[in-house]
Amino acid sequence: MAAPTISSSLARLLFAVKYASLQSRCSGVHGKVQYSTVYSPSEKTFDKILIANRGEIACRVIKTCKKMGIQTVAVHSDVDSSAVHVKMADEAVCVGSAPTSKSYLNMDAIMDAIRVTGAQAVHPGYGFLSENKDFAKRLAAEGVTFIGPDTHAILAMGDKIESKLIAKAAKVNTIPGFDGVVKTAEEAVKIAQDIGYPVMIKASAGGGGKGMRIAWNDEETREGFRFSSQEAESSFGDDRLLIEKYIDNPRHIEIQVLADKHGNALWLNERECSIQRRNQKVVEEAPSTFLDQDTRQAMGEQAVQLAKAVQYSSAGTVEFLVDSKKNFYFLEMNTRLQVEHPITECITGLDLVEQMIRVAKGYRLQHKQEDIPINGWAIESRIYAEDPYKSFGLPSIGRLSEYQEPLNLKNVRVDSGIEEGSDISIYYDPMISKLVTYGATRGEALARMEDALDNYVIRGVTHNISLLREIITHPRFISGDISTNFLPEVYPDGFKGHQLEAGKRRELLASAAALYVTVQLRSQKVLGSLKLSPTPVERSHWELCVQLGEGCYAVEVVKSGNVYNVEVDGGTVEVSGQWNLASPLLPLSINGTQRMLQCLTRDASGKINLQYLGTMFQVRVLSKLAAQLNSYMPEKVPEDTSSILRSPMPGTVVAMSVKPGDTVAEGQEICVIEAMKMQNSLTAVKQAKVKSVQCKPGETVGEGDLLVELE
Amino acid sequence: MAAFSVARRSRGLINGLKVSFRSSGQLKHGAVAAPLLQTSLHRDSRWYSAGHLSVKERIEAKRRAALAGGGQARIDAQHKRGKLTARERIDLLLDTDSFVETDMFVEHRCSDFGMEQDKNKVTHLPEVIFYFFNIIFCLCLFCFSQDFTVFGGSLSGAHAQKICKIMDQAMKVGAPVIGLNDSGGARIQEGVESLAGYADIFLRNVMASGVIPQISLIMGPCAGGAVYSPALTDFTFMVKDTSYLFITGPDVVKSVTNEDVTQEELGGAKTHTSVSGVAHHAFENDVDALLNLREFFTFLPLSNQDPAPIRECHDPSDRLVRSLETIVPLESTKAYDMLEIIKAIVDEKDFFEIMPNYAKNIVVGFARMNGRTVGIVGNQPKVASDEYVVLTPPPPFCCLDINSSVKGARFVRFCDAFNIPIITFVDVPGFLPGTAQEYGGIIRHGAKLLFAFAEATVPKITIITRKAYGGAYDVMSSKHLRGDVNYAWPTAEVAVMGAKGAVQIIFRGKDNQAEAEAEYVEKFANPFPAAVRGFVDDIIEPSTTRKLICSNLEVLARKKQVNPWKKHANIPL
Repeated sequence: MAAPTISSSLARLLFAVKYASLQSRCSGVHGKVQYSTVYSPSEKTFDKILIANRGEIACRVIKTCKKMGIQTVAVHSDVDSSAVHVKMADEAVCVGSAPTSKSYLNMDAIMDAIRVTGAQAVHPGYGFLSENKDFAKRLAAEGVTFIGPDTHAILAMGDKIESKLIAKAAKVNTIPGFDGVVKTAEEAVKIAQDIGYPVMIKASAGGGGKGMRIAWNDEETREGFRFSSQEAESSFGDDRLLIEKYIDNPRHIEIQVLADKHGNALWLNERECSIQRRNQKVVEEAPSTFLDQDTRQAMGEQAVQLAKAVQYSSAGTVEFLVDSKKNFYFLEMNTRLQVEHPITECITGLDLVEQMIRVAKGYRLQHKQEDIPINGWAIESRIYAEDPYKSFGLPSIGRLSEYQEPLNLKNVRVDSGIEEGSDISIYYDPMISKLVTYGATRGEALARMEDALDNYVIRGVTHNISLLREIITHPRFISGDISTNFLPEVYPDGFKGHQLEAGKRRELLASAAALYVTVQLRSQKVLGSLKLSPTPVERSHWELCVQLGEGCYAVEVVKSGNVYNVEVDGGTVEVSGQWNLASPLLPLSINGTQRMLQCLTRDASGKINLQYLGTMFQVRVLSKLAAQLNSYMPEKVPEDTSSILRSPMPGTVVAMSVKPGDTVAEGQEICVIEAMKMQNSLTAVKQAKVKSVQCKPGETVGEGDLLVELE
Repeated sequence: MAAFSVARRSRGLINGLKVSFRSSGQLKHGAVAAPLLQTSLHRDSRWYSAGHLSVKERIEAKRRAALAGGGQARIDAQHKRGKLTARERIDLLLDTDSFVETDMFVEHRCSDFGMEQDKNKVTHLPEVIFYFFNIIFCLCLFCFSQDFTVFGGSLSGAHAQKICKIMDQAMKVGAPVIGLNDSGGARIQEGVESLAGYADIFLRNVMASGVIPQISLIMGPCAGGAVYSPALTDFTFMVKDTSYLFITGPDVVKSVTNEDVTQEELGGAKTHTSVSGVAHHAFENDVDALLNLREFFTFLPLSNQDPAPIRECHDPSDRLVRSLETIVPLESTKAYDMLEIIKAIVDEKDFFEIMPNYAKNIVVGFARMNGRTVGIVGNQPKVASDEYVVLTPPPPFCCLDINSSVKGARFVRFCDAFNIPIITFVDVPGFLPGTAQEYGGIIRHGAKLLFAFAEATVPKITIITRKAYGGAYDVMSSKHLRGDVNYAWPTAEVAVMGAKGAVQIIFRGKDNQAEAEAEYVEKFANPFPAAVRGFVDDIIEPSTTRKLICSNLEVLARKKQVNPWKKHANIPL
């Protein structure tokens, strides 16, 4: 019966129909972004651009290239050969194996790819080779345009020490303190003492928060020196470090600048990036609630002064630390497109990638400073594959078995480089996507962000949506009272998910009970002559017991049609919905309020995992009888975890500090695991003798793998 | 007439006694009874009345005793062990108030070894609770539940008789039998009568095999001869930490073979679900087990005369599963998880895996496609065969071996017997080589799987996801074994063997092995050789797999295929 379709199907496979369907999907990704600038086809730029990056930023650049009618070339590592950016590009070249040093940082292979494909220009995205002066030089030597600033600007701003000197000279406020290159731990301690604690230690070559550690005393300085220099070595091949005065409780606000090769420069307003964990940004917004027009203008003008001082061209970002008195200090300048550039695009209507390409070709800026508006408010949440319950986010890996972006909502933009079925691997950044929402007001954008997070379906990897949702709904965040210490201040004992107050808990219990009843009643709906009575009477009254955490709640459900009246915990909750048991999304109306829940799993023993208000809650719904009988069931004793050390994340063992027979003290380092370019020291939780070591340096370990057993 | 009404009204009512009083009161003034009062039978009538009361009282007393089981002390002991009583189990398993209990009054007939006294002491107890017909999700079934609180659930002649009775009834109407086993074994005091009882049950298990689904849930000890009844049923489930299955207990083992072994090691749930393959699933505790059994039951047809059940389905049958496009890795030696494919394709990711911890290199279990129950068989590339696990590094992909062949074969035969369509996912590089396998009889065990697929007449749909090499290609529900619809994914490689091995044979002693290997890969490591010969019906995009299976099943529901008449086939056992 399937025979007639053989030939047609073979043909379908041989020709890439797959690609067509993918492209239509990808065009939907940014389909809702309204850029006020209109691309003019008469302005010829390049015929072909190679994107020396991967993931969402590669897709983002390709998107604009397509709009501008430019052919695109993707480069990829072998494990990325079916990645979205590869499928989107017109051509793709494999540049090496999975480790970034062998592929995306492999300049020789990328230069070869440029030659083979005849690309006229290279967009480096962010990270990787985007701020690598050698790469820019090599491109220049071959006559290929680097879509970014000139080499001297990269050079000047890429060095943290020199950039400060230039900034000072350009009359830009700089951080008080001492700058210097550090070679040894003792030297680091001495410098730190001279500056006065706290100090910040980071790799000179690295951008963003990677490799940045804060030390409050000599010992921490030594430790910070060791980790930072190792990370600097492994991530950038450059072990130089920078130590400077650390400003406690600052805001991180940055100014987007855009400059051309004719000495014109604009500032495109600010981005508030204070919500960070381990010095990596998590939630960003534009504009900032904190800046008044005067401060904004002062910062903008200083940023432009700096850009002009280094004859900057292309898009760049000047990062400032802003203290509570609105004093701002130059932090560094990123000579590339920033991760969080979409929020600036949303409020200004400019397509920054398009502008970068224009400027690289030598065109003048189309806009004047007074043309740059602040239209509404935009917020970006970085969706990461990580477990927010472990120090606000430890990387997790896996395959996106189910993935649905909330693009059905208005004013939502999702920049992603993955799709359903993609792998989040240990080799690359664990970012899944950037979720951007915007609105006329901040409140509107925030409300939309809440909806978007609730509608975002991610299965197969642990993600940080729970944390993001808690941040954007926290009273301090809503009032704009934030700093870079927001997370540790708000969650001093670590993030523990949404804490349900009684009313919300009732809603959750009622929803779970209603879902349970729906599932039970559906089980009766069997076709055929198997039943005793052809139309079973649908039970409308249910007495249940819902377990949530330590609590067990008696629940009474009365069903009429699709509406459930649930008596629980001293209150009545009315729950109604479509009750599609196959859909991951569970749109419910709870006491008249629309709520999007997600059903992650449910099983025959009544266990239901529901995502409610962003957080996953485990509940167990049992009939009254089953709950009563369940009390006779013995508690199973969990494994004693104090004497075994398991890997908290997937990664590579970098160092093993103990061997069998050693005695370790509480808090002593046992081994170091590197994951997603971060080194994590694992320590003993008690004093004990090492019984066995189950891994060795260089080995790849999975989450939960046994590393060391103690006696 | 009055007496009749009494009997009817008092059935199952605790207040039967009161009712009967009131009835006798009515009797005095009743029209029919009135003439009697005036006759010389007056005294007799009072005697009858008294006699009647006494029976009523006795009925009630017996019912109360039966409901109380082995007494509160024993019930408490049962709870302390983390076990439920026979009645509690039944209450949990079945729909509320849906059951009809019979044979409440049957008691054992043994008076040796003080059993008579014991019998008097604990009054007259039913030893096994048996429900005539019962309902799970409005579906009819028969079940029995052994009561450990009464003589340790040991099997007497009467006990066996009750089990046989319901099995006979189940056979008559064609409905499944569920046994909740919790028995210390044969009642030694009854001697041969107990053994006869076992044999009676075994015979019925065998006769019912393939006619009605039979499920055993082991919820306590099950030792000696008793173990063969669960072994004969279609599925044996166990409860972790509280259930044991063994021919002889640790004491006998110690005296015969001098092995020191605990009950748990010898015949616990872990042993039987991962080492011996006797049990098909283990659950955390009684409540978990019973709730899961309810769920499992919904997959099954009532008998071999019924079609596979179709449940209301919310999952669109034409849903495209985009995640499947990338699931098979590009390197043909790299592993992936077949369970991911299965869960992505079936309705609501709902897959009830059978024997998840035994012979993990083959995955079998029940799922639904567009609401209809299907049996799923899939090679599991993620797991090396049990034997290979000891080798380091283990081979990157799985082969069929003895255990996986037997596991697969039994499952396929169950599906075939009960009209459940079979969907097979193939990624198999062949049968496992080596002396262990050959000495163990991989030839005859592998033949079981071949036999099972070949004789099956239910709808058979096969999807080759990657490798289908050698004899294993033939075995895994190939076109040649009457596969109804056989699909290949673009990643499929249907060949006699992998490139390296093939080239070593074809080009033995030649220099340009690498080149030859490349040529072989180009020629055979793709789905075309099978497709051009019609051995696969189509090469499909992985994302369309669900849609195609659903529409094919719709059509194949009308399939009628009959094997030649025979007394029974002679499967290589």
